[in-house]
Amino acid sequence: MTQPPSPLSSVVLRFAGDSGDGMQLTGERFTTESAVFGNDLATLPDFPAEIRAPAGTLGGVSAFQVQISDHDITSAGDTPDVLIAMNPAGLRANVAQLERGATIIVNVDAFDERALAKAGYLENPLADGSLSAFSVFEVPMTSLTTAASEEVGVKPRDAERSKNFFALGLVCWLYSRPIENITAWIDKRFAKNDLVRQANYRAFRAGYDFGETSEAFAVRYEIAPAPFAPGEYANITGNTALAWGLVAIAQRSNLPLFLGSYPITPASDILHELSKHKRFGVRTFQAEDEIAAAASAIGAAYAGSLAVTTTSGPGLDLKSEAIGLAVALELPMIIVDVQRGGPSTGLPTKVEQTDLLHALYGRHGESPVPVLAPATPGDCFDTAIEAARIAVKYRTPVIVLSDAYLANGTEPWPIPDPLSIDPIDPDFASGPNATDAEGNPAFWPYLRNPETLARPWAVPGVAGLEHRIGGLEKADKTGAVAYDGKNHEVMTHLRADKVAGVVADIPDVVVDDPSGAARLLVVTWGGTYGPVAAGVRRARARSVNVAHVHLRHLNPLPANLGEILSSYSTVISPELNLGQLASVLRSRYLVDVKTVSKVQGAPFRAAEIDAAIEEYR
Amino acid sequence: MSTPVQLTTRKDWVSDQEVRWCPGCGDYSILAAVQMLMPELNVNREDTVFVSGIGCAARFPYYMNTYGVHTIHGRAPAIATGLAVSRPDLHVVVISGDGDALSIGGNHLIHALRRNVNITILLFNNRIYGLTKGQYSPTSERGKVTKSTPAGSLEAPFDPVSVALGAEATFVARTHDMDRAHMQETIRRAWAHEGAALVEIYQNCNVFNDGAFTDITSRTSRDDMLIDLHHGEPIRFGAQKQFGVFRHLDGSVYTDTITLDNEASMVVHDESAPDPSGAFALSRLTRSDHEPTPVGVFRNVQRPEYGDLLNGQIVDSQERDGLGDLAALFRGNGSWTVSA
Ligand code: SF4
Repeated sequence: MTQPPSPLSSVVLRFAGDSGDGMQLTGERFTTESAVFGNDLATLPDFPAEIRAPAGTLGGVSAFQVQISDHDITSAGDTPDVLIAMNPAGLRANVAQLERGATIIVNVDAFDERALAKAGYLENPLADGSLSAFSVFEVPMTSLTTAASEEVGVKPRDAERSKNFFALGLVCWLYSRPIENITAWIDKRFAKNDLVRQANYRAFRAGYDFGETSEAFAVRYEIAPAPFAPGEYANITGNTALAWGLVAIAQRSNLPLFLGSYPITPASDILHELSKHKRFGVRTFQAEDEIAAAASAIGAAYAGSLAVTTTSGPGLDLKSEAIGLAVALELPMIIVDVQRGGPSTGLPTKVEQTDLLHALYGRHGESPVPVLAPATPGDCFDTAIEAARIAVKYRTPVIVLSDAYLANGTEPWPIPDPLSIDPIDPDFASGPNATDAEGNPAFWPYLRNPETLARPWAVPGVAGLEHRIGGLEKADKTGAVAYDGKNHEVMTHLRADKVAGVVADIPDVVVDDPSGAARLLVVTWGGTYGPVAAGVRRARARSVNVAHVHLRHLNPLPANLGEILSSYSTVISPELNLGQLASVLRSRYLVDVKTVSKVQGAPFRAAEIDAAIEEYR
Repeated sequence: MSTPVQLTTRKDWVSDQEVRWCPGCGDYSILAAVQMLMPELNVNREDTVFVSGIGCAARFPYYMNTYGVHTIHGRAPAIATGLAVSRPDLHVVVISGDGDALSIGGNHLIHALRRNVNITILLFNNRIYGLTKGQYSPTSERGKVTKSTPAGSLEAPFDPVSVALGAEATFVARTHDMDRAHMQETIRRAWAHEGAALVEIYQNCNVFNDGAFTDITSRTSRDDMLIDLHHGEPIRFGAQKQFGVFRHLDGSVYTDTITLDNEASMVVHDESAPDPSGAFALSRLTRSDHEPTPVGVFRNVQRPEYGDLLNGQIVDSQERDGLGDLAALFRGNGSWTVSA
């Protein structure tokens, strides 16, 4: 094969196999190589809730989708151009998503009668003509892998486990990826077990060489680097970005970071990541339950820490009471909810945006809380920092609504200069702020900053500031327990006005409408940004004028939003729920926002958004 | 913090808040005992934090002129954990009741004890829900008739000392609201303990469960009904110290009149025994408030304190690998450069 590779502007690959087949690792490695090569990319891991569902069944299929391109992209792509299926279940679970003409590369060794039956195939799809719409490449991955690694003395049963590296090698050849980094990575990653290292290396080489020599593949492709602004980049998941954002703002502000958390999918990786960063003085506390996780964060906030609790939907339910206490105590605190499918246990590993109303309203009493949502994996970094700024400045709990798609998805992230992150001044109370009836200096814990309405953050250890606070209603200014109705009304308004006043720190939203002539506005929030933006581009490519506005701030909403919404004849809100943002916007602005809903545990596809735009334009 | 400890008097520890318990409530005597004890504990007011949950007892922090947080039902140990590990320089006291600590907050209590977080927990046990006006609590005796159990409670009660010992708490004690000196001595020792200390305080709720402990704590019955535990001494009680505590072959304990024959086999109290079984047996000696009941320190052992361990890992990591560097963190998982 001497032909030069054919240029391609982008490709969507999907690796699918058993959850024990190493598909996530394979996908991540291919992604990293593509990132380093300079492509723009976005990923969509998709794995079952069970750690090891029965092998070979549809329920046990683990998949990893990645789109790589030579231009700026915003999603992992709608339908795979290439499906790499390691077994019949991997094929069957994904084939319905493929469009005519797609490429399927199968590990033909895995298509024996038992495996076919387990996947629910009555006939072998490789033989019955059902795949005739696709280009199918049958590659004996298992036997070629075994043959390659047996040479170094690996037992056949163990040798087979390297077959994902064979697939990786083949795909790297097919898309002309440089292989030096991968081989170096294999050396490093498996340095502790030389036999495994050699087996994986050999399998990888065998896959790569198979592409080169077998002549099965008539062409190989090349996707040129995308035009990125000069600088240093890292490929980052949303959960990592969120954790790093917290570490960064705490470090820059010289505040100790405290995380109280209880393991829950898909948020646990934030706990794992922060637990590694003891060098930054980060205290992580794996609590006995979700309630204690939130409660311990309140204790840490009272102690003067930047306090965080992380969870997913079921945990947010349990934390509601503690968040209400933080509202009453007016202490800074960050609650991260990595949303997943609900109600109840729901779809633990799949994406949904169904906690918006819960975050906004899910507490008893008038209990206002600022709510932010990151747009992309990299944006989780900035959102965490902004949440910390608001929490500390306004002495309030802040909820961050990430989701399973952002949590595990990746994108190239321009590494920021740490010094470009402005420190937060915690402005701890240092002395008395009032005079008591006898004319002595006193400390009133609820005497507010007239501008922000924030109360003092008075941490224990400072003489003269001893004070008592609690969940009972407090008298305005002095903070003494007060049951008086008029005072309660004053305090209720003060708390509401304080959170509403956060709008002063929220930038106006900017409408994306290159035509300037759109009459249809698409409004999004949180993790649907990328997939919806891809759909909007698709519509524009058909010469449809459509505007897009994206919200990071859900409470308070940006000051100019009402004006924007009412200046379009039609407003649609695509959401991975039944219309939660639409309902907020309707009640707030009396604008007839239409819902485009999807609750299938998967992100929107560009085609779905394009179709919705077509319907409403 | 590191400021020298100021000399104080009781008055310095009394806040300006009007105390709002029912007249005659046992909480008053506990409050007085604590306020009088504080000047003797060699601590500054500003370094002391009282944290409570919900219930009558939970109002306690408002009356102490220290830092204080009145939180939510049952969660005080969890909030105190976040506070104590973040600020090892502070003395954190949790004020709780039988419902708060053992019903809604049972989970937090046992885990704070298990972790051995540096907090002093004062558990006011009145065997009733007072603030909600008289329902049975997890320490109410079986058969108790209350508003929510008109035909009698069906539940076997918890013994707070047994629960704490079961969680392998490192310091477990019991005292009662009728004896200020005993309360103060017990709380003083709990305060000095490094790690989690639990003190159960029998407290009379004269409105909803009046006289629950009268048979054992009244001045007239105390001598015969309270078994005061002293480390290293044979466990004896009674006006003439005529009764003793003895051990069955199965490890359980019982009381009997001391005779020349059995005197030598009396149980010698060992609060520092590494195994909590002996202390646990003592906590099971009585199942009612009408029989001789042990008070004092059941268990007092040393085990690494949670906050020390947590903060120690941070210090170790910083000493070994240096302080965190954000620029290095951001590049840690691999990075690449796009040149102009
Ligand atoms: S209800 Fe009982 S415990 Fe509560 S304050 Fe009154 S007497 Fe004390």
